[in-house]
Amino acid sequence: MAAYLFGFLALAAIVVSLLGISRARRVRTSQAEKVHSRPIYHGLNAAIWTGVPAFVFLILWLTGQNAIVDMIVMGSYPGADALSGAQRSLVLSEIRQVANGNNFREPSPQILAAVAHLQSLEMLARWAMVALVAALVTVGAFFGLKVIESRYRARHSVERSITIFMLFSSLVAILTTLGIVGSLVYEAAQFFARVPLTEFLFGLRWEPQIALRADQVAGQGAFGAIPVFFGTFVISALAMLVAVPTGILSAIYLTEYSGARFRAVVKPLLEILAGIPTVVYGFFAVLTVAPAVRSLGLTIGVEAAPNSALAAGAVMGVMLIPFISSLSDDAFAAVPRAMRDGSYALGSTKGETIRKVLLPAALPGIVGGVLLALSRAIGETMIVVMAAGLIAKMTLNPFDAVTTVTVQIVTLLIGDSEFDNPKTLAAFALGLMLFIITLGLNLIALRTVRKYREKY
Amino acid sequence: MNVLTEVAVEKKLNPMTKESNIKMRGKDVTVHYGEKQALFAVNLDIPERQVTALIGPSGCGKSTFLRCLNRMNDTIDSARVGGNITLDGEDIYDPKIDVVELRARVGMVFQKPNPFPKSIYENVAYGPRIHGLTRNKAELDEVVESSLKKAALWSEVKDRLQESGTGLSGGQQQRLCIARAIAVSPEVILMDEPCSALDPIATAKVEELIDELRANYTIIIVTHSMQQAARVSQRTAMFHLGYLVEEGATDKMFTNPDDKRTQDYITGRFG
Amino acid sequence: MTAVTFPAVVINWGSDEMAARRKRRYAADRRLQIYGMIAIAFALGFLAILIGTLTFTGYRAFTQSVVTFELDLSKAEIDRSDVMGADWRGIVRGALREKVPELPRSSERAYFAMFTSSAQFLVRDQVIRNPALLDGVARFSVPLSDPLDQLAKGQVDRDTPESQRRVTDRQIEFYEQLSAAGAISKPFNWGLFFNSDSRFPELAGLAGAISGSFWALLVCFLISFPIGIAAAIYLEEFAPKNRFTDLIEININNLAAVPSVVFGLLGLAVFLGWFGLPRSVPLVGGMVLALMTLPTIIIVTRASLTSVPSSIREAALGIGASKTEAIFHHILPLSMPTIMTGTIIGLAQALGETAPLLLIGMNAFITSPPAGVLEASTALPTQIYIWADSPERGFVARTSAAILVLLGFLILMNAIAIFLRQRFERRW
Ligand SMILES: Nc1ncnc2c1ncn2[C@@H]1O[C@H](COP(=O)(O)OP(=O)(O)O)[C@@H](O)[C@H]1O
Ligand SMILES: [Mg+2]
Repeated sequence: MAAYLFGFLALAAIVVSLLGISRARRVRTSQAEKVHSRPIYHGLNAAIWTGVPAFVFLILWLTGQNAIVDMIVMGSYPGADALSGAQRSLVLSEIRQVANGNNFREPSPQILAAVAHLQSLEMLARWAMVALVAALVTVGAFFGLKVIESRYRARHSVERSITIFMLFSSLVAILTTLGIVGSLVYEAAQFFARVPLTEFLFGLRWEPQIALRADQVAGQGAFGAIPVFFGTFVISALAMLVAVPTGILSAIYLTEYSGARFRAVVKPLLEILAGIPTVVYGFFAVLTVAPAVRSLGLTIGVEAAPNSALAAGAVMGVMLIPFISSLSDDAFAAVPRAMRDGSYALGSTKGETIRKVLLPAALPGIVGGVLLALSRAIGETMIVVMAAGLIAKMTLNPFDAVTTVTVQIVTLLIGDSEFDNPKTLAAFALGLMLFIITLGLNLIALRTVRKYREKY
Repeated sequence: MNVLTEVAVEKKLNPMTKESNIKMRGKDVTVHYGEKQALFAVNLDIPERQVTALIGPSGCGKSTFLRCLNRMNDTIDSARVGGNITLDGEDIYDPKIDVVELRARVGMVFQKPNPFPKSIYENVAYGPRIHGLTRNKAELDEVVESSLKKAALWSEVKDRLQESGTGLSGGQQQRLCIARAIAVSPEVILMDEPCSALDPIATAKVEELIDELRANYTIIIVTHSMQQAARVSQRTAMFHLGYLVEEGATDKMFTNPDDKRTQDYITGRFG
Repeated sequence: MTAVTFPAVVINWGSDEMAARRKRRYAADRRLQIYGMIAIAFALGFLAILIGTLTFTGYRAFTQSVVTFELDLSKAEIDRSDVMGADWRGIVRGALREKVPELPRSSERAYFAMFTSSAQFLVRDQVIRNPALLDGVARFSVPLSDPLDQLAKGQVDRDTPESQRRVTDRQIEFYEQLSAAGAISKPFNWGLFFNSDSRFPELAGLAGAISGSFWALLVCFLISFPIGIAAAIYLEEFAPKNRFTDLIEININNLAAVPSVVFGLLGLAVFLGWFGLPRSVPLVGGMVLALMTLPTIIIVTRASLTSVPSSIREAALGIGASKTEAIFHHILPLSMPTIMTGTIIGLAQALGETAPLLLIGMNAFITSPPAGVLEASTALPTQIYIWADSPERGFVARTSAAILVLLGFLILMNAIAIFLRQRFERRW
C-alpha cells in the first residue's frame, strides 16, 4: 500500500511539474512584462508543493501508525491498566501474531476481540492515510499551480526548498548520533533500574543467561561487566601486538627503503587486507588460524582452547595492519624533507634517520593511528563473534578462550527483540560503554593527529 | 686510542703565500635530474680554510653543485652525478668511500633552518652520538657546549638546553643548525643560502660567525646577496644556467670580472 | 684514510674503532630494513594464505555431484489434472532403484540416503514447469546428499574406520557401482546462485542472500546518496562557520569511527523498537547501512567539491547564475565522478557489513528470495555467518564459496570505482 502511495506521489509530482512548466510558458507569451523565473522553476516549485508535504506526512504517518494503533487497542483491552510494561508488550505481540495468522495456541476471547479491533483500526488507518495523502496532493498541486504568474519568484522558492533539504540532510548526522546516544541511554537506563550500576561496573561475574520465562530453568544471572571488558582488553592487546609493529615496520619499509615500483604494487595489496569483510576474517580464523594455534600450543605443551584469544586476536591484528600502516605512512610523509636532509647531512645512516629523527617526529601521528586502530579492535565484532569464546573469564593466557563486549552484545540480542528483560537490556548497557570508550579514543586520536598536523 | 683530541689551533699555512691548499676539487662535474641536465662540466677548486661563495641567478645549479660535495644528491632518486670530486685528493664518489663518514667530514647547513623537533641539547648531541665521538656524558656535554660556543649561541641558550630547538627564533635556529654541524668536527661546511630566511640582524650575526669559523673550517656558501658574498668570502664562483661562468678572488670578481654575464649579474642586470 | 690534523679536533676516521662502529651502524640499518621486509612478507603471506585457503576449500562448492537417471513418466501413474499430487517419491525411488539391480531391502535406507532428500520435489517441479516431460522418457539429475558429495569430491578418507565416517561401506559400494555405470557427474553448481538457503548443503544456494543484499544496498544508496551529497554541499558551500557547524563536522568524523555493532543497536532500538518496522527486512538493513555509509559519502563529496577550482564558480556567478545554479549546474557535475567513486567504495564496505544486519535479524533461515524491501531475507555476509555456523561438512565448502562470491562482488565494485576514477576524474 505504502509503496503504491510513494509511486503515486512521484507520478503526481512529475505531472504537476509538467503542467506548471506549460502554464509558466503561457504566462510568459501572454504577458508583456519580464518573467522573473524560468518555466522550469515554476514547474519544480509546483512539484515540490505537490509531493513534499504529502511525502513528509506519509513518512510520519507510517512511523507513528503502529504505536498509535497499539495504544488504542490496549486502551480497550480489558484489564490493560493492571498490566506491567513487560506483560503489555507480551500481550501486544500475541495480538499482532494472531492478526498475522500465526497463532501457536488457541487465542483467548479477549485476544480475539482485540485482534478484531486491531484489524478494523488498521483498515481505517489505511483508508484515512490514502484519503489524507490524496487531499494533500490535491491542495499542494492546486496551490503550486495557482501561484504561477510573471512576478512570482519561483526560483527563490525552489532554492529555499533545496536549502532546507540540505540543512535537514546535514542534520541527519547529528540525528544519528542523537539516536545512538538516546536509544543506548534509554535502554541502558532500564537495565540499570534492574541491575545496579555498581554491580555492572565492578562486578566480577558475568552470567547473563537468566530465565526468559518463569517456567524456564536457568542460572540466576550475574551482570558484572569486568570480565567481559577484560576479555576485550586481552584480545585487543593481542591484536595490537600483531598490528602495531607489523604496520609501522611495513610503513617504514615502504616509505623509506623500497623503490617506487615495489611500493606501487605492495601498498594496494596491503590495502586489500582492509577491504576484506570481517566476517571473512572470522571464518578464516575458525577454519585455519584456530587449528594452527592449537597445534602451536601442542608443540609448546600448552592446551589451547578451540576458540583461543590468540587466534581471534592475531587475525584481528592482521586486519588492522593496513590501517596502522597507512596512517604511519601519512605520518612519515608529513615529516618535512628538511628533517631527513638535516639528519643525512650529519652522516646518519637511513636506519638512524628513521629511528632517531623520523620516528620521534612522526610519533604523534602514529600514536593517533594506533589509538584509532585500538578503537577499531575494541569495536570489532564479527571476528570475535565467530572465533572468540562465549564464557566471560579473567585470564591472561592467550591460549584460553575469553569473550568480548561485542560478542556478548550479539549473542544476547540474536533472535530476541523484546526489550523487557535484563538479558537483552544488558546488551544496550554494554553498547553504551562500548560507544563511550570508542568515542573517547576517537576524540583523543583525532585531536592528537590534528595537533600534530599543525606542527609542520 | 683517542678518537677525539684537542689540538692547538694553529694555521698550518704561511699567510704570506697566495696559494693555499686545495681542500676539495670538482672536475667536469655534471648532474642530471632524470632527463634534465642541471650542471654542465663544472671545474672548481675549493681552497682550504677560506670562504668560497657560489653566486648566480636562481635555478642555475648552485645548490646542486653544493649537494654534490657531500653526496646529498644520493638521497634524490632521480639525480645522477658525473665527473670527479675529491676531498683531500680522494675521490668522494669512489665506492670505497663511506658516505656516512664523508658527510661527517663535509657538514651542511640548509637554507631553511631545520632543527630536529628535539631539545637544543639533543640537536647538537645527535651527530657526536651517532658517530660515537664521545665516550661519556661529560665529554658529550663538553662537545655540545663548545659547539654552541663556536656557533655563538651558547650565551643565549645555556639556561634552556632542554627546551625544544624549534622554539628558538629563526636566527637562533640557524646558528643551532651550524652548531649541530660543527659538533661532528667537520673539515668542510657547506651552507646553502643560510641567511635567506633570516632578518638583517640575525643575518649579521651569522655572517660574523662565518668569518670566525673560517679560521678552522673550509666553508662553501651559496648566497643570493652580492653584498653578503663580498662581505664573507675570499673566493667567488659565478654559475649561470648550469655552467660555471667564472671564478676567482672575490675582490677581483666584484671589481673587475672577466665575464660579461658576471658583470651584468653583479650590477643587477639580471638575477 | 689517515688522521686529519685539521680543525680544532682530530677525528681518526680511519681507525679500527671507527670502522667497526660504522660496520655496526650499517648492520643496524640493514636489520631495520629486514624487519620491514619481514613485516610486509607477513602481511602479504597472510593475505595469500587467506585467499589460497578460501579458494582451495571453496572451489569444490562450484561443482555439485549429481546422479542422472532416466524416467519414463508416460508409464507412471500420474493424474494429469493433479500432477502435484502424484506419488513422486515412489516414482523417483523406483527410477533410482533400477540403477542398482537386486537392491536388498535391508540396504534401501542407506541407498536412498545417498541422494538429496528433496529429489522427488526437484523432479516434480521440473515436470510442472515442463509438462511435455510427462509424455515419454526423460533424463533427470538430482544432487547427491552431502556425505556422498564429499565422497565424490575425494573428501572422505576411505581408510578411516566405517564408524568414523559419514558414508558407510555399503554406500561406497553403491557409489562405485553408479559411478562405473556413468550415472554420476559433477556439473557446474548453478544451484549455488539460483537456490535459496536450505538445511541441506547440497541444495543450499545464495539467491536469497544476493537479492537481500541487493535490496539493502539499493535502500542504502537511495538514502545515503542524496542526503550525503546535500549535506556535503550545505556544509561546504552554505553553512556559516560557527560552533554549530563545527559540531556537525566533528560529529561526522566521529560517526565514521563508531563500531558497526552500535549502528546495529541503533537499528534494533529505533527502527524496530520505536518505529515498529518489521525484523529481518532489507529496508531496515539498508537504512542502518545508509547511516553508516553517510559519513563516507559526505567526506568524499566535500573533498571533491573543494577540489573544483574557484574560477569555475566565479565564471558561473559572473554570467548571472545564482549560487545554487552555479553549484548544481557546474560544480556538482564536475565533482560527480569522484563522488560516484567514493559512493561505490562506501557501498562496497556496506556490502561486507555483518554485525548490524545480525542485530536487526537478517540472519533468519529463509528459503525463498525476497520480492521486495519489506520481505524477510538474509544478506551475503549474514548468509556466510549462518553457513559458517552450520555443522554439516558441506557447508564449509559452501561458506568458502559464498565468501568467494562476496569477494567477487567487492572486486567488481572496486574495479568499477577505479575505472570511473581513471576514466572520468579530473585533476585540477
Ligand atoms: N630534486 C630535483 N629534481 C628535479 N630537478 C631539480 C631538483 N632540484 C633541482 N632541480 C633543477 O635543477 C636546476 C638547478 O637547481 P638548483 O641547484 O636548486 O638551483 P639554485 O640553487 O642555483 O637556485 C633547476 O632547474 C631545478 O629546477
Ligand atoms: Mg638553491
